[in-house]
Amino acid sequence: MLIKTKANILSSQITDRAVFESRREFIKAATALSAGLMLPSPGQAATGKYADAPVGPYSAKLQVTDREDVANYTNYYEFSTNKTDSTVLAKALKTAPWTVEVTGEVEKPGVYNLEDILKDNPVQERIYRFRCVEAWSMVVPWIGFPLGDMLKRFKPTSKAKFVEFTTLNNPEIMVGQRSGVLDWPYVEGLRIDEAMHPLTMMVTGMYGDELPNQNGAPLRLIVPWKYGFKSIKAIVKIRFMETMPETAWHKSAPGEYGFYANVNPEVPHPRWSQSRERVLGGSIFTPKRETEKFNGYGEEVAALYSGMDLKQYF
Amino acid sequence: MIFRINNLRSKFIVVCLLPLLWLCVDIAFDNLGSNPVQALHIRLGDWSLRFLCLTLAITPIQTITKWRGMADYRQLFGLYAFFYASLHLLGYLLADHALMWRIIGIDIIESPYIWFGVLAYGIIFLLALTSPKWAKKRMGKTWKKLHRLIYIAAVAAIIHYFWQLKGNLAEPLFYSIIVFLLLGFRVLVWVKNRQLTKMMIPTGQRVLALAEKQGVIQEAPRKQR
Repeated sequence: MLIKTKANILSSQITDRAVFESRREFIKAATALSAGLMLPSPGQAATGKYADAPVGPYSAKLQVTDREDVANYTNYYEFSTNKTDSTVLAKALKTAPWTVEVTGEVEKPGVYNLEDILKDNPVQERIYRFRCVEAWSMVVPWIGFPLGDMLKRFKPTSKAKFVEFTTLNNPEIMVGQRSGVLDWPYVEGLRIDEAMHPLTMMVTGMYGDELPNQNGAPLRLIVPWKYGFKSIKAIVKIRFMETMPETAWHKSAPGEYGFYANVNPEVPHPRWSQSRERVLGGSIFTPKRETEKFNGYGEEVAALYSGMDLKQYF
Repeated sequence: MIFRINNLRSKFIVVCLLPLLWLCVDIAFDNLGSNPVQALHIRLGDWSLRFLCLTLAITPIQTITKWRGMADYRQLFGLYAFFYASLHLLGYLLADHALMWRIIGIDIIESPYIWFGVLAYGIIFLLALTSPKWAKKRMGKTWKKLHRLIYIAAVAAIIHYFWQLKGNLAEPLFYSIIVFLLLGFRVLVWVKNRQLTKMMIPTGQRVLALAEKQGVIQEAPRKQR
């Protein structure tokens, strides 16, 4: 079956094909330009650690959400189910030194230091939309690098069909893990082609600075066309797998949260509509905004799911 | 000095408006956090549910303490539950969807948790409409039957609360325990009354039969009932 995605994105938001196809030159040029001129991009703080990060491809020119709103409205159940409490509780997490274990169907497994990973993967800034399954959204200038670039260095084998990510499990510090809201540690996963997609990012910062702990420091995933719960925080383990990994929310409520979790206004959550979203930062007089299929990234990712019934594979 | 709760009623009317005042202050000073509309919905929904619980608590309190004149408070709290539920609904219609009815229709159809909110509100609306004393007089026995629907409204409100949440179920759990206890009290009273009637009728009959046998009375005065 052919799935046609309706392009309900403003034409001004769509990258011109010529520009898209010359994106690698564009990155190089942008890197050279901002490295040379130290141009701060719109979302960046002038003084942050990554203030001089170049603007990467796919970065949309969108009204960026206030940093305070992004930093104080997090679903980080490892600390608290309260979206503001995790800001305080997550301060207890020590994010350095940090290692990431790489295992599974891969030629170069091992325990990698985050520092070394960052040395191999220069960061860039990308302004992405972020849409939570709870029907709210924001626009964040993330700092990070394409996940695919990092994964390729570990040389996945031909058996690697999926990638599984695991969050740190430490109930002493992550006090939310003492309660059984979810089956800890938090696990997420992607199909290998989703993981290798140039939109998919490993994130270490936001707003030109380091990632605050509550936003998933020191290393998190960002998959902008999927609901936020796919974008796992504080990653300590990456496993390449032949079979589809069992993910935390799917395990907790398989009828409500699927493995794919693509943003899709046409497929409501069993208990609430997904057709609209509350954009953070508005006043109480701003109505909800229409949700876009694949969160507005359909041009880039719809092909990944051609022939799939997205109602079945929600 | 005789404790007269009736004098407090006018003060209660004002006190019950404080949550609204508090909310207005928080809106004015931008104290509602990153998602003010969500906070507004939760605040108003919570207060509606709290007043619903208070309304349900009046009868048990009256039964246990044998205080008089509590029915007025039941009406007062019930009307406040309706008041905050109406603001909660207005918030949804205006702040979320700017009165775009087609979109509201789609949203309701696609959101089962809202169905329960609609059910609870529909009931509370009817109860508020029939709350004046003259309506109570005119409706007679139907009034009591209709107002028993508050139990269904309370359960629907709880489901409405539970179903819009993803992970943290502590707060709705707290309210469901309260509602469960308040409804449980009614069940207990009902069961007790039923047992009493069951026990009393045969006893009465036995006494009469005995009296008849002993020739104290000629005929049991059953027909007089």
